[in-house]
This record gives sequence, C-alpha cells and structure tokens, in this order.
Amino acid sequence: MSRIGVFVCHCGENISATVDCAKVAEVASELQGVVHSVDYKYMCSDPGQTLIKEAIKEKGLTSVVVAACSPRMHEPTFRKACAEGGINPFLCEMANVREHCSWVHDKGEVTTSKAIDLVRTLVQKVKYNEPLYPIKVPVTKTALVIGGGVAGIQAALDIANCGHQVVMVEREPSIGGHMSMLSETFPTLDCSQCILTPRMVEVAQHPNITLYTYSEVESVEGFVGNFKVKIRKKARDLDENLCTGCGLCTTKCPQKKIPSEFEQGLGFRTAIYTPFPQAVPNKPVIDRHNCTYYIKGKCKVCEIVCPTKAIRFNQEDTILDLEIGAIVLATGYDIKRTDFFPEYGYGKYKDVIDGLQFERLASASGPTGGAIRRPSDGKEPKKIVFIACAGSRDPAKGIEYCSKFCCMYTAKHAMLYKHKVHDGDAYVFYMDIRAGGKNYDEFTRRAIEADGAKYVRGRVSRIYERDGKYIVVGTDTLMGAKPMEVEADMVVLATAATASPGAEELAQKMHVSYDAYKFFAEAHPKLKPVETNTAGIFVAGACQAPKDIPDSVSMASGTAVKVAALFSNDELTRDPSVAVVNRTAPPMYSTCVGCFLCKSVCPYNAIEEEEIKDRQGNIIKRLAKVNPGLCQGCGTCVALCRIKAIDIHGYTNKQVYAEVEALLNEL
Amino acid sequence: MENFEPKIVAFVCNWCTYAGADLTGTSRIKYAPNVKIIRFPCTGRIDFMILMKAFVNGADGIIVSGCHPNDCHYTSGNFHARRRWMVFRNLLDIMGVDLERITFSWVSAAEGAKWAEIVNSTVDKIKKLGPYENYKKLADSQQLKEVIHG
Repeated sequence: MSRIGVFVCHCGENISATVDCAKVAEVASELQGVVHSVDYKYMCSDPGQTLIKEAIKEKGLTSVVVAACSPRMHEPTFRKACAEGGINPFLCEMANVREHCSWVHDKGEVTTSKAIDLVRTLVQKVKYNEPLYPIKVPVTKTALVIGGGVAGIQAALDIANCGHQVVMVEREPSIGGHMSMLSETFPTLDCSQCILTPRMVEVAQHPNITLYTYSEVESVEGFVGNFKVKIRKKARDLDENLCTGCGLCTTKCPQKKIPSEFEQGLGFRTAIYTPFPQAVPNKPVIDRHNCTYYIKGKCKVCEIVCPTKAIRFNQEDTILDLEIGAIVLATGYDIKRTDFFPEYGYGKYKDVIDGLQFERLASASGPTGGAIRRPSDGKEPKKIVFIACAGSRDPAKGIEYCSKFCCMYTAKHAMLYKHKVHDGDAYVFYMDIRAGGKNYDEFTRRAIEADGAKYVRGRVSRIYERDGKYIVVGTDTLMGAKPMEVEADMVVLATAATASPGAEELAQKMHVSYDAYKFFAEAHPKLKPVETNTAGIFVAGACQAPKDIPDSVSMASGTAVKVAALFSNDELTRDPSVAVVNRTAPPMYSTCVGCFLCKSVCPYNAIEEEEIKDRQGNIIKRLAKVNPGLCQGCGTCVALCRIKAIDIHGYTNKQVYAEVEALLNEL
Repeated sequence: MENFEPKIVAFVCNWCTYAGADLTGTSRIKYAPNVKIIRFPCTGRIDFMILMKAFVNGADGIIVSGCHPNDCHYTSGNFHARRRWMVFRNLLDIMGVDLERITFSWVSAAEGAKWAEIVNSTVDKIKKLGPYENYKKLADSQQLKEVIHG
C-alpha cells in the first residue's frame, strides 16, 4: 500500500498568486493513498527539501509528489532530496503547477482546480512507480571537437591539457576560423593573427590532439561516453606525410585568378592552395573545380615541380571510424553577404562591402597589405559610411536578434580607418550602441571622441551610385528625424551574423536541438549554457548564438571542464528510464512472441534477439531483449508492441492509463 | 451549451512540446485552462489506444503534439507517431469516432506562443462541438462490457 506525501510549493508568489496552494494541499490530503500533504513557500530551498526528507522518515512515505515548477527544472533536485530522505529517487514525481498552470491562467477557482487535477494525476501515477537504479556504462576518454575556430581551439587545448585525447575536425583546409581573417581585435587593437596563430600551432603539435582538417562529420551514433563517429576526410589530392609545405606547387600553378575565400573575394588564390600563409597544417589542397588537370585532363605542373612527389591526383575520400566519449560543437557562424540587401544595391556595387571584407582590407596580411583601398578602382576612400545593424534586429529581414559583436567591430573599423587615412571622414549609422563588456564602452567613446568618427543615430534607407560616389540616404533621428545624404566613396555593412551553413544538418546528425535561426540550442539558457539537450554533446562559441572572441573562448573553456568532468569517471551512470521486455516463468519465458517489430523501429539498435534453449540446447523461442546501454527511452517500441510485452520504465502502460483516468475523473 | 467547459487531454513529448508549454509559462502567455498535459518521453511512445482510454474516461477533446519532423530528440519517434496517426485516423473514421475531437500538431521548444494558440483554438473548436458523449456511452454500455469481459 502506498504512503504518498504531497508537497505543494508556492514558489514565492509565482504559484500562490493565482493558485490557492493551501486548498490544493487540503484536497490532495483526501486522495486515496496520500498520508501527508503540506504547502510551503519555497519547496526547492534547503528548508523545503528538509521538509520532504523529514516527512519521508517520520511518516514512512513510500513515494512523493511535488507540485511546483516544471520537472524539466527541478525534478533532479527533488529526486535527490527523496534519495537523501531514504526512498528510491524514481518514486518521486512532479506536478507542473507553475509553467502549465499558475503562470498561464488568471487567479481563480478554475486555476486552483486545474492544479488539483494535475496533482491527482501524478498521485495516481506515482502509485505505479517502481524503484529504478542507474545504469552503468563505460566511458571512452576521447573528445571530438567539431570546428577549428577560436572556440574549438580553446576547447581542444583545454581538454588536451587535462590529459585526455582530443580529435579535432575542421571542414576547411586550415584551422583558424573567422578569427584568423580579422585584422585587429577590439577593445585592445592587438593583431588577431598574432594571438591566434601560436595557439593554432599548439593544436597541431599537442601530443594529445589529432587534427583532421578538410574533413567533415559523416555520422554519429551511440550515446554519451560511447559515441561512434564516422569522419569523412576529403581528398586533398596530396600525400600529407610526404608534403613538407614548401609551397612550390602553389607558386607554379597556372590558375592564378580564383577568388580567395579567405580574402573574402578581394584577393586571388591558385587552384592548388593553402588558404593563407600561416595555415595549420601548412599543406595545400587541390580545388578540383578550378584545377586545369580536372577541367582539361592535362597540366599536372604541381606534380612535376613537387620535390617530394607528394601530389596524388584522383585521390579518394577516406572514412575514419572513431570511438568518442564526448563531443564539443564549435562550428561558428557566417554573415549575411551584401547581396542580401536590395536597398543597398544587391551586392552589385563593388565598394559596398561587408565587415569581413573590411577586415581583410585592414589586415596587414590582406590583399592590399593593410591599406584601405576601394575594391573597384584601388583608390583610397576619403569618406566611408559604416552601417550597423544591416539585417540584424530587423523583423522585415527575418532576423530579429542582435548580432552582438557588430557595434564593437564597427567602432573598431571606424577607428582603424581613421588611423590609416588621417584626412578621411568616417560616418557610422547606428540604431543603438551596444557596448556592454569590459573596456567596450570606453572603446566606442574613443572612436567617437579621440578619433572623430561621426556617429549618426538613424537607419539608412537606400544607397545608390552617382558619378563614382555612393549616395547613402539616411535619417538623423537625434536631429529631429532630419533626412540626410552622405556622398561616400565606400560603404561597409555590419551584416547580420547567421548560423554556419550546414548547421541544421549537423544538428540533426547529432540529435541536438536548434532554434528558429539554426543556432544550436543550449540545455538551459542560464544554468546549462554549454550543454545541449543530448547528454555528452556540448556547445561552444558562435554556433550557439552570435558572440565575440572573449565570450567564445570562455564558453569553450566551459565545455572543456564539462568534458573533463565526464572523463573523470571510468563509468557513467545513465537514466534508467529505458524499455524492458517482460520475462515470465517457463514454459512461457515472456509474452513476447518474437515478431521483432520493435527491432525495426528502434532508432538506436538497442533491441537484440535472445535465444531461449531447452536443456538439450535446442532453441525454443526467440525473444526481444533491450540493451539498456543503448536504449535512450523513447518508447516507440512500447507503442508498437501488439502483445504489450515491452514496457518503458517511468512511462509504463499502467502509469499512463492511471494518469488518464485520474486526470479526467475526480476519483 | 453556453457554460460548457470541455475536458481536453494533451499527450505531448518531453523534449519539444512539453518544453514549449513551459516556455508559454515563462513567457506568461495566457491560455484556456481546459487543457491538461500528460507527459511522454516522445510522441513515438503514444500508443493510440491511450486516446481511446481518454475518450472512455470522458475527454471531450484530445491534443497530440511533439517535435517537428526532423527535430525529434530520438531521431524518428515523431515520424512513427505521424504514420500511426495516418492509419489510426482512418480506423477511427470507420468506427464512427469524431475526428474533429483530435488535434495533431507539432510544437517545438521555442514555440511557446504556438502552444497557447493551439490550446485556445482547440478549446474553441470543442466548445462549438459540445460535450462528447457518444463514445463514453458506447464504452459504458453493459452490452459492450459483456462482449469484452465475457
């Protein structure tokens, strides 16, 4: 016979403002099986939890229902309290009377009565809860870091320095990501490559890190501690062991006018190329779409000049099988290009460029050697207009969020321009200056006050070309919404940051949730910012939301400590809410008839066949059996089983039917 | 009929719709209190006999909701649920169960507002349809009980 305790939380006033908690507790006390029922201001607080623990001991409770917030919030808290009180944690259930009741309905009898219904439902369910014990599984102490930008680099180095093995996968030919393209970084104006490239080298040379560049994740199977990952190592057309990175092939390649991705189309590269001189690894790849040999069937100049005979034409992709314990997603972001903006010329105007292109112009290693020049005619622009929030915070463009780092880099751009072109004029059109961060506001003030950037609060409606100048039509809202025009030589759009291409596909491979903008979703916006909803997969950097370098790096270090914590155990304990096929005494053995429909629907291949033999070793029956290490507890097999031989802990047929009955009937 | 407050049960998955309904709460979006949620790990777990169980127990309407296609936490549970629903719907139709009573939808963890909309529109619809007694009567009938229990 159950001895159930019901604990109704006020959550300060979050619940009690609309729900009569005392009445809920009173009605609950009359339910069959309930021997103890109280309400309290903060159930999750220390005294609140003590209330539960003491009641378990004093009243001899066998199970507990807490009517409070969402179980997604505090189920672990209360289950832990129950365990400390002396009962199996899985004999505790939560009725969600906050998110699903008090917060969404007005104060009144109906709301209280709904709360009572919810409590009654869970009281009925908990009567059928069974004690469950965590499942232990081994941990492979190798981490996979996907993405070799600054976030991935930081995560990989931190994990490797904890003594664990790391595999880093980067889809581009070199690691470095967007940070390697930047000229200087705000708010200190130190050179981006100078701080990043040593860390790139450290990754390549670290004894615990295996680096796969020009590679992509093909598939991910398994679960926390035991992922099986396939990596596609794309053909570089090169024997990487022989290549010394001398670069002779790239100087001799006849295809010299291919727009460089690294230079954002402002410079050129060859068909066999390394993206930039400091690339890690410093080994070229052949771009088959532009290589003369692949187009015309002859050339092979690179093969002829290569001193170590490392070139391998028609090389095939290789697939690597890896055993991985934890995964860090650090796939970064992309930006909207100028062709996204019809009002600013659809990307047709060569001198209307995006922020990354300006970074390359300003970079000492860029196509102009750091001199600010117009892409159209190479002349020095005397008047530049910077447009912040191009796309961002603009519901009409379908991008409602703030891209976070553009205010700062726009100030930096204006500053860099003024430092390089002393007699130049820099205008910045902005909506708000969002410079929250250490030394950030001081930095933007410096751009305005010390360097004389002209900040205009207003938006730009249109840009058009007239006599080689770009007429920027905007408004100065601080001067009484006065329309204004600026005759600019060049325009830089701080375009919106978006999810990296392929992010959605990757998230689906990983079973990780993502938001409407395809940024990966964290498990909890405040308390689990680096975890995803899938155990063992973590998220770092701008693939979660636009963020600047310091934020990306600290987030990456956060993931590293999560991975290290995971790897500090030799065994993991997993949620025992898994499916199980019943077993009965011989000669039945199980009600399972061995149709194996369950096996065909299981997404985790967790259903195995068990052979039941007699004493002579003859097979009597083939039965389904769940591998609890693989089962994730979705329950698809349970709904499908015609015999009801398979059931799932925590959501058994008995529990669910009891819930339905209790919800609809005032027992 | 004026004061009819329908009883509606929602069977939702833990990862998307339950979290979506949590978001409705954290966003303080108000909706009709007629709908009460029963949590499942995944829509794939929802044996559609549970829907009949709800009607037997006097539900006037039912909502089934999970992750959008391709977003299932368990990869494919929602596809199974969808396919099961396509088949089950035909069966119910033949049996004479009013299909208008069941709402099948996808609500992601980010769609708090959509959850409120679905609840409100379902409540409005069921209010217009009135109480659902046909199935309950049928299940209560002595004759049927004799057939089932012998």
